[in-house]
Amino acid sequence: MVDSGTVLWGQAIAYTIYVIGAMTVVGWFAYRVTRAKEGGGVPPALFWAFFVILIVSGVALHIVSYNTIPWSPIDTHRAGMEADKTFAISVADHEFQLDGPLEIDCNDLVRFEVTSDDLTYGFGLFREDESMLFQMQVVPGHMNDVLWEFTKNGTYSIRSTEYSGPRGYQMVVEDAVRVTGCTAEA
Amino acid sequence: MTFTQTLLDGNKKSFRPNTLTPMQKLTLRFVIVGLVFYGFAAIEGMIMRLYQIEPFSLLGAKQYFGILTAHPLVGIFGSTYLLVFGAFLFLVPFLMKKPLWSFRLANWTLWLIGGGTLVFWLDGFISHYAPLYTLYWPLPADFDQFHPLSGAIFIAGIALIMVGTLFFVLNVFKTITYTPAGAERQPARALLASALGFTGMANLFRRKERRKAHLVDLPVAAIARGSVDTALNALVITFTGVLILVYMVAELFGTSLKDTAIDALLYKNWFWWGLDLIADGMVLIFVAGTWYLLAMLITGKPLFMQNIARAALLVELVVSWTVWSHHLMSDQAQPEFLKIISGEAVTAFELVTQGLAFFIVLATLWSARPLKMTNELKFLLGGMLGFALAVPAGIIQADLGLNRILHNTQWVIGPHVHVAILVGLTMTLYSAVYKLLPILTNGAKLYSQKLASFHFWAHLVGGVGMGAFMGMAGLKGMLRRTIYFDGEFLPYMILAAVSGALLLAAFAAFLFNIVMTVGLKGALGIFKRSDLDPKVLVPEG
Repeated sequence: MVDSGTVLWGQAIAYTIYVIGAMTVVGWFAYRVTRAKEGGGVPPALFWAFFVILIVSGVALHIVSYNTIPWSPIDTHRAGMEADKTFAISVADHEFQLDGPLEIDCNDLVRFEVTSDDLTYGFGLFREDESMLFQMQVVPGHMNDVLWEFTKNGTYSIRSTEYSGPRGYQMVVEDAVRVTGCTAEA
Repeated sequence: MTFTQTLLDGNKKSFRPNTLTPMQKLTLRFVIVGLVFYGFAAIEGMIMRLYQIEPFSLLGAKQYFGILTAHPLVGIFGSTYLLVFGAFLFLVPFLMKKPLWSFRLANWTLWLIGGGTLVFWLDGFISHYAPLYTLYWPLPADFDQFHPLSGAIFIAGIALIMVGTLFFVLNVFKTITYTPAGAERQPARALLASALGFTGMANLFRRKERRKAHLVDLPVAAIARGSVDTALNALVITFTGVLILVYMVAELFGTSLKDTAIDALLYKNWFWWGLDLIADGMVLIFVAGTWYLLAMLITGKPLFMQNIARAALLVELVVSWTVWSHHLMSDQAQPEFLKIISGEAVTAFELVTQGLAFFIVLATLWSARPLKMTNELKFLLGGMLGFALAVPAGIIQADLGLNRILHNTQWVIGPHVHVAILVGLTMTLYSAVYKLLPILTNGAKLYSQKLASFHFWAHLVGGVGMGAFMGMAGLKGMLRRTIYFDGEFLPYMILAAVSGALLLAAFAAFLFNIVMTVGLKGALGIFKRSDLDPKVLVPEG
């Protein structure tokens, strides 16, 4: 399974290429617009071609993303999917209620069901190098669940990913999740 | 002239405040107060940038989050609202060729928004009320972390701003539709229909020979449509404020209301629907309208594909009413169809509307080449580049798969929000300031072109740089709205702070240049009463 770290690398490369391209176009335009006129104005056909490119780009991003990012279809269809393991976690008074580290076997499809007794919090799993594996919001009065397939060994911390007042930044549980049995390391 | 003489009397004594009309003075007052609050926001931002490098003991966590709460609100209401409202209260009558409907109401707008900003800023500074601008329920009514009185004062400050905002909207629409005393009766309904886009929409279904002419210029139409979102947003924020205030007042009188009476997810939907009327509606519409106006003023030519531009503004208005769910893509209880339709599909449409505005402005400029690379042109191109970078960054995070690993990271606030506001919006506003400066000051000569060029490059490099380094930290997992104590993202935060310092230096250079242009006496003269007729926009001749 493609890792979230790999997806972020791909995004960083694609966006960097786009940024360089956009800066080059605007820089070129700024230079050329001050030079003497060569040729006429902008043909309307170019405008409509650009219009089509914008629509295709906007739609293509989500189609490509849905078909290449493995957790997207899992997330959309999670209500009808059976998990190998389910962990019920509650949050109250700026604390995650956990009974020791959550042990997960390689390739397990795990459901995290998180509820809040008071404020809106976040629930995110982070690798030891602080990079994010995934996150979701934890809204009081609602069931907040995420389904995730673990394909790499590792120890993950849990951190609240939503601001819940000045006490919220302390909501970190180190070494909260442990995945074993895989050949690859996170 | 010596340095001191210039500092006191302005560059070549070319600025004489006693020649200004009341409307010119009022607009300049909006600009000055807006720039002062920009300075507040910039200094606050720099303090937070330093805190992100290493939390220092002078600033506790409560104070830090107090600043974090005030910073965007000061930037949006205190600075951007005043700069934009001031410019539009001048431009609408300027373009409609009739006086502003109510000079007095415009004055109220200035002091209500300025005063309201000062109230909530001081309250946040002293009492550390810090529920953030997001106010996720029930945090604003969490009286274990915040005192209800400090919250009530904070909300009162915001309420003053909303009243001033509604006064602005009323003034804009009345100016478009009213008939000045002694003038031939103007068709109020037809003017309103043209401004809101109904005429253009109906024209799509009329035969060519039966199509009606547009009664208002395109920039006025943009201002009117953006004002619709501004009014709706003010109503949503006011309603939300009253709701929170009920809890605070009850608490102050010894009764704790049950916060579970309000559904946190429904509240979040309501709040983001309202807030996106600014972020994804008013800002984009106002910016597109300002680009169009600047392109026409710079080139002296009509806009390329003007009818399409009008239609795109109307589409953007509708998009802004249906786009809010991209803020709730990580909320698992949010219905999936809302995430996909509103969150992904409608949001992606902003790429189209903003992209078309980008193309139309470039094509208009292109048709008038060769152009001189003036300050207004370079800042306009800088502003357009800002949105060209920030809008796709937003589209990326409004994707179901990517949001799972981007939401609430520094990516959201860096390459998207800060690049959009600091590079896109602010550089567009600077372009308008440089363009309008001679009109508003009756021809004051800018003190230094070198300072203006430094202002441009330092702001552009600082803004893009800060967004980029925050974004890189975000991709490495750094969250927004939290504190890291062990230098986890130190290299990125140092580079972001250097970029932030560049932004601050750019602002200092701009401010110094303006002060040296108008002089300290001139700046004070702006706040003195003008004896000229308030109905006259600029002196004749």
